Amino acid sequence: MDHERLQGFLYDMLLARAFEERAAQEYTQGHIAGFLHLYPGEEAVAVGSIRAAEPSDYIVSTYREHVHALIRDIEPKKIMAELYGKSTGVSRGMGGSMHLFDKERRFMGGYAIVGETFPIAAGIGYSILYRHLPEVVLCYFGDGAVNQGTFHESLNMAALWKLPVLFICENNHYQIGTEIHRHSAVVDVYKRAASYAIPAEQVDGMDVEQVYAHTHSALDRIRAGGGPYLLEFQTYRYRGHSMADPGAYRPPAEVRAFGGQDPILLATRELARHNPPSKSAQASDPAMDVIQQHIDKGFAAGHWQQEDVATMKAQIQQILDEAVAFAQSSPSLSMDDAVYLANQNHAHEVLF
Amino acid sequence: MDENLFYWQAVNIALDRAMEEDPDVFVMGEDVGLYGGTYRATENLMAKYGELRVRDTPISENSFTGLGVGAAMTGLRPLIEIMTLNFALLALDSIVNLAAKIPFMSGGQFPVPLTIRMPGGVAKQLGAQHSQRLEHTLMNVPGLRIAVPFTPQDAYGQLRQAIRSNDPIIVLEHDLLYFSKGAVDLDAQAPPMHRAIVRRAGTDITCAAYSLMVAEALAAAETLKESGISMEVIDLRSLSPIDWKCLQQSVEKTHHMIIAEEDSGFAGAGAELAATVQERCFYSLDAPVSRVAGMNIPIPFNAALESAAIPHAADIVVAAKKMLLERSQTS
Ligand SMILES: Cc1ncc(C[n+]2csc(CCOP(=O)(O)OP(=O)(O)O)c2C)c(N)n1
Ligand SMILES: [Mg+2]
Repeated sequence: MDHERLQGFLYDMLLARAFEERAAQEYTQGHIAGFLHLYPGEEAVAVGSIRAAEPSDYIVSTYREHVHALIRDIEPKKIMAELYGKSTGVSRGMGGSMHLFDKERRFMGGYAIVGETFPIAAGIGYSILYRHLPEVVLCYFGDGAVNQGTFHESLNMAALWKLPVLFICENNHYQIGTEIHRHSAVVDVYKRAASYAIPAEQVDGMDVEQVYAHTHSALDRIRAGGGPYLLEFQTYRYRGHSMADPGAYRPPAEVRAFGGQDPILLATRELARHNPPSKSAQASDPAMDVIQQHIDKGFAAGHWQQEDVATMKAQIQQILDEAVAFAQSSPSLSMDDAVYLANQNHAHEVLF
Repeated sequence: MDENLFYWQAVNIALDRAMEEDPDVFVMGEDVGLYGGTYRATENLMAKYGELRVRDTPISENSFTGLGVGAAMTGLRPLIEIMTLNFALLALDSIVNLAAKIPFMSGGQFPVPLTIRMPGGVAKQLGAQHSQRLEHTLMNVPGLRIAVPFTPQDAYGQLRQAIRSNDPIIVLEHDLLYFSKGAVDLDAQAPPMHRAIVRRAGTDITCAAYSLMVAEALAAAETLKESGISMEVIDLRSLSPIDWKCLQQSVEKTHHMIIAEEDSGFAGAGAELAATVQERCFYSLDAPVSRVAGMNIPIPFNAALESAAIPHAADIVVAAKKMLLERSQTS
């Protein structure tokens, strides 16, 4: 894989991580409220898969979707402003953290009811089929969502009508506090696709290169008229389910083990492949420390990386400072805005 | 030009014309294609427009309705038929959490021009699971519009309007109306979708009704005439939004109001109508608004009990006489 792409992945993941940590900070300080589901640990999935997609493809995501939006190149400040509920947010402040929408980037929403992404994606797929376009819908969902009826209903219809949908399972092994072996009789999510004759694979979701490669070939196949496809990415979230969840149900050893597979660590190591790291790569303590440690290791691996990564981090810091400042200084919403929106689509109609 | 058509034919022609006019309109639902629809409403459409535009679905109400939402977000105009309203309970997430919310939550970026048609109501001994109305369930959802056409003319006109609109709209049809007949002018300018219509003018009392209950109200008005009572009958045509002005004007004239609804009265459509009319017209009313509604029990299978559980013209007559008599006794 070429150097530039790997660097791009690293930048994306650093941005993703930093954005989420900043959001957590804003939440803790009381600047933003509500449900806030963060993505640290899972970055390779969104980065590898969305970077493999075309701008003409569609993204349908869940409530854990800030990073999908970021990687779709929605401006960080517009996402931050949405978390703040400001009119300058990507959904004009009407959606919030769990409902990011951007028509221009074909970002078709974050959905907060588990299992809703399936029918929405099927419907967009139906539109694509209807118009005979070479486009694909990337449909994200968690391991917990596959026990919802819509998973089965929608996969069946997608297969039946050969809808161009790539189903992407972000298997972080938990549905809030319930581990996968306690919520699913079959823990290999990809196997379920066989019931609908949908080809599927299980892929290491901590390795951004693999995520990219498998997504790319799946998209090619769908675009060529092959019908739906399912990718199960094995991943892990380092934080609790949401900011309201301390995540006490997971053994520390498990969190540490996955911390050792930190996707940012892996990408940094790839950049540093030819030079041995200067420090030990031990995954010792909580995830954040692990990442920092291994990013440092990457710096040491080669001068260009060090410069690049330092520049990246500085850039990202500045972008996030600006994003927060933008969100804070943006005008608030009025009830008139809400009422206007509620009536906008029939404003031209005579109702009575 | 007027044609005398069955209600189902009016629906069928509306769909045909809508599809002819706009290639983005497609129809989807259980048995809408080859079979032609359980009430024949989609007859011959598949032969004419092909499978992509007239799609038979698996029994997956929530997902094919949600599919309609996704298609609508990307510019198509899906017409989803849910075989009966009872099955729409399985699609409530797509209706309530998706269709009604996305236009708003997306900050106006994604209108959802989706129309959902479904028959409902008490037919003939279909049992409690197949005899529901549930208007209130849908009325209580901001972001949805609900049309309840009574005549074949409205079945045609309101459906065409719903399909052209950019909002998600529910069209509630009644099982027993499909084989009713009426004059339909296919080229007439339809009244606005939510305007209520005075079906029969009167001076003593107003009866507001919708869907099949309009027929009962009209029959009651005819009976009351024999007793010298002049009842105005309003066909609401829409349950969300509601044409309050029409109701208000009528009540200011008659000073009495009855609401006839087939659905169970408790927390039903009539409760909303009564509360708002009293808020708006309290000083015009000579008596409290009265509801003639279905009983608060699951609809019985037994024919006699089934019939007794829902209002008929005779019940409206009794309610009207009682209201006017009480007034004359107190004044
Ligand atoms: C229909 C529904 N039921 C329950 C919830 C509450 N809930 C929110 S997220 C979640 C867990 C989902 O787990 P998973 O699909 O694995 O996604 P993850 O959060 O791990 O990314 C639950 C139960 C919900 N939002 N929607
Ligand atoms: Mg999960």
